[in-house]
Amino acid sequence: MDITDLRILATLATFVTFVGVWVWAWSKKNKRDFDEAARLPFEGEE
Amino acid sequence: MSANTIATAAPGAILGASAVKTGAVSTSFYDDYAVRNFTIMAVVWGVVGMLMGVVIASQLAFPELNLGISWTSFGRLRPLHTNLVIFAFGGCALFATSYYVVQRTSQTRLRFPLLSRYTFWGYQAVIVAAIITLPLGYTSGKEYAELEWPIDILLLIVWVMYGTVFFGTIAARKVKHIYVANWFYGAFILVVAILHIVNSMAIPAEIFKSYSVYAGVQDAMIQWWYGHNAVGFFLTAGFLGMMYYFVPKQAERPVYSYRLSIVHFWGLIFTYMWAGSHHLHYTALPDWTQSVGMVLSLILLAPSWGGMINGMMTMSGAWHKLRDDPILRFLIVSLSFYGMSTFEGPMMAIKTVNALSHYTDWTIGHVHSGALGWVGFITMGSIYFLVPRLYGLKQMYSKKAIEIHFWLATIGVVLYITAMWISGITAGLMWGAINDDGTLTYTFVEGVKAAHPFYIIRMLGGLLYLGGMVIMLWNVLKTASLGQPVRVAIPASHAHHVHA
Repeated sequence: MDITDLRILATLATFVTFVGVWVWAWSKKNKRDFDEAARLPFEGEE
Repeated sequence: MSANTIATAAPGAILGASAVKTGAVSTSFYDDYAVRNFTIMAVVWGVVGMLMGVVIASQLAFPELNLGISWTSFGRLRPLHTNLVIFAFGGCALFATSYYVVQRTSQTRLRFPLLSRYTFWGYQAVIVAAIITLPLGYTSGKEYAELEWPIDILLLIVWVMYGTVFFGTIAARKVKHIYVANWFYGAFILVVAILHIVNSMAIPAEIFKSYSVYAGVQDAMIQWWYGHNAVGFFLTAGFLGMMYYFVPKQAERPVYSYRLSIVHFWGLIFTYMWAGSHHLHYTALPDWTQSVGMVLSLILLAPSWGGMINGMMTMSGAWHKLRDDPILRFLIVSLSFYGMSTFEGPMMAIKTVNALSHYTDWTIGHVHSGALGWVGFITMGSIYFLVPRLYGLKQMYSKKAIEIHFWLATIGVVLYITAMWISGITAGLMWGAINDDGTLTYTFVEGVKAAHPFYIIRMLGGLLYLGGMVIMLWNVLKTASLGQPVRVAIPASHAHHVHA
């Protein structure tokens, strides 16, 4: 394995990570958490 | 934030009414010393930096205005203009809003309050040093990184303190989530530190003279890796932090899609780093490196527009508010300019388009569409939101003045960028025009003559934009003197959010 293979792997790993972020962001499980997070600027208001 | 969370700083004054109402005892207040100071200085430096812009725009239209003095020549005042508007105006606004937002969305006081005060005075010292050294001709010659090594070191110290305060506050947060605005601010602080350290690596020769440790094309690539990511992380990520807090606040509704904001964030982070080489199309840089920069710049359109749409759609159901809320108008128009310039940027990164646009005024037009339209407007909107709240008032001294500022600024930007489009494309076409026998159709000076009327229009556009900023300064000072600095109580009514 030479340096170019490493570079290819790094690029692919980055891409897979990004797709993973996407899946994580859209997973149903996290929806409630994110809705709560979106309210943060309004916490402490009447 | 409603007025009843505000308590006056007067001795013996009661705590914020909200704390009393919920029956909780609030013993702590947000620390807004640096927020207030940075906010005021952002407006002051905005006026000075934009004035410098008008001066150099006038020099381009009327070269006699160089005055024949080296200190006031274009070559020395131009870097002073960019340093003042980007780092003094934009930087102070980023410090102010990040300190404000991180406290409110973490529901905790700023960590290391003393350090936050040092960041204020240290950063002002950097700006003053720039104002002195740049006209004197001390420069490392790297665009947007002109300051010489002693000032670089001072800036680094300030920046480490900034990161300590910001990330310390995040670590001490009383809520589970780190709000998306803080992710953007955090990325801005971290990446700017990396960029600054790597690009400023130099061997000092004298007190104000140093030589870059990089040579040749590597030096150019490091410089534009820095330059483009200064745009991406200083002028974009930082101001997106503003966008994700102040747009929802002023529109009084949460951001359209929090999930989209996460993908927006990581999309920008993964992509921006690799786009810098588009600044070096058709240079000694290897061709494949140019192509990588071009492709990554094109991909960058997706996260940029995702973010723009997210901000815009936050307005859905509240569009009528634009009619009588000039602050919201500043924020939303800034997003349209963000959308426009992040479309224009990838387009200009395409090599064939770049063959026409590079080295022409089109580039200057593009930069100012982003800088005046996006960065300027989002900052002005955010500061108009902040100032009354920092001085215990419900609104700015004069709403009419905000209206006038909005229209002056809008007309100013439009004049500026259209003038530069026409002048730039004209120059590009004239430079590329070739006679049948292979000789150039136009001499260089014919291109300069063609640009002249547009340089005057650009100067007028800049003058309008500056005029708006002067009105803002007046309005901000009036508001500050009408109210008084207030201490704002940290809400204690959300204890159930506290994480272990």
